[in-house]
Amino acid sequence: MSVAILRQGDALIAAIQSDLTDAQVLALRDDLAERVGRHRLQAVIVDVSALDVIDSFVARSLRSMAITTRLRGAETLVVGIQPDVAIAMAHFDLNLKPLRTAKDLDEALVLLGERVEEDGDAE
Amino acid sequence: MTAETGTSERAAASDESLLPELVAYLRENRTGLREQWVERITAAGLLTAMTPDEIFSEVTAVYDNYVAALETGSVETLQAYARDLSERIIPRGVDTDEVLGIVLLLRDILARSLFVHYQDNPELLHRILDAYEPAANRIAVTVGVSFVEERERVIREQQDAIRELSTPVLQVRDRLVVLPIIGMLDSQRARQLTEQLLGAIQSNRARVVVLDITGVATIDLTVANHLVQAVEAARLMGASAIITGISSKIAQTLVDLGVDLEQMRTVGDLQGGLEEAERLLGYRGEAAATDQRT
Repeated sequence: MSVAILRQGDALIAAIQSDLTDAQVLALRDDLAERVGRHRLQAVIVDVSALDVIDSFVARSLRSMAITTRLRGAETLVVGIQPDVAIAMAHFDLNLKPLRTAKDLDEALVLLGERVEEDGDAE
Repeated sequence: MTAETGTSERAAASDESLLPELVAYLRENRTGLREQWVERITAAGLLTAMTPDEIFSEVTAVYDNYVAALETGSVETLQAYARDLSERIIPRGVDTDEVLGIVLLLRDILARSLFVHYQDNPELLHRILDAYEPAANRIAVTVGVSFVEERERVIREQQDAIRELSTPVLQVRDRLVVLPIIGMLDSQRARQLTEQLLGAIQSNRARVVVLDITGVATIDLTVANHLVQAVEAARLMGASAIITGISSKIAQTLVDLGVDLEQMRTVGDLQGGLEEAERLLGYRGEAAATDQRT
């Protein structure tokens, strides 16, 4: 499998290592949604920094990944989108608003850490 | 049909022998024709940007080059001169129609003087004109094209200069960069801008980018969409883009064009934009400070 899925605290980190077929993308989406519910996770981080190309199918799948995991109770963060990929994705004319992003894994973890802190304060 | 072909063949054959005669005639009458030309230029209200003395000296040079081009059949010298002349007169605001008008005036003056000179011998006049007209047209085209090329070169240079000057990437503080955009935004520049913006996010690890478009006068639909896409692309890379300095005219245009601005974070001026950016970063800055203390 060209996706490494690691668990880090309350988050699941899915690092995509190489181009995925459409079926693999959908499988990843279902797998993540399933695990999130099962382990009661807070967040999913999808690292796409190894991808030089993201086609519209993958972009749409990332978006639906974000929506499905949210429905299962976790936030999705996509990290490491390359400049060229970002330009291409902006051209797809997809509504990518549900997709939350961060620069890299580091930043995503910091973002999530802050959120946990805030939640902790609220409790 | 046959007769016509015969005539043109004969004309072609006679070109060689008649041109020296023509050139000799034009040399002989240089002073008179040149003055006539200057008069016509002044009367037509052309070259108002130049003094009479300047006009006279340029006219003399052009006349001599013109005759030389007729004589040798090579327009290279004239072309070089026309380029050089264009370089001198373009900064003074001489327009294309003036240059073309002047060259055509000379053509008319010379043609008319040939008419007058050879009117007793229509046969010879025909042949002289056959020799003169193509050469004169070629000269007119050469001068016009040289001028336009020179002008285009100047315009291209200026565009390049503007392009280089106008999109610096300024690092204001950690993770905050500002891109002040000045001048015309066309789709090529907008694309370049997007690349620069994303490059800045990548290399400066920017979290917030402020795009200040105070210096942009107008915007069209293509460029507006480019901006929207640039902001979206920046967001996908994990940075927030703030657009500041949208003039009331541009705001009006954007609304009229129906550009989807919901994704854009806009603030009135650069100062407000920087404050907003610091607010976005400050929340993170405090968190970082807390980390350091613990």
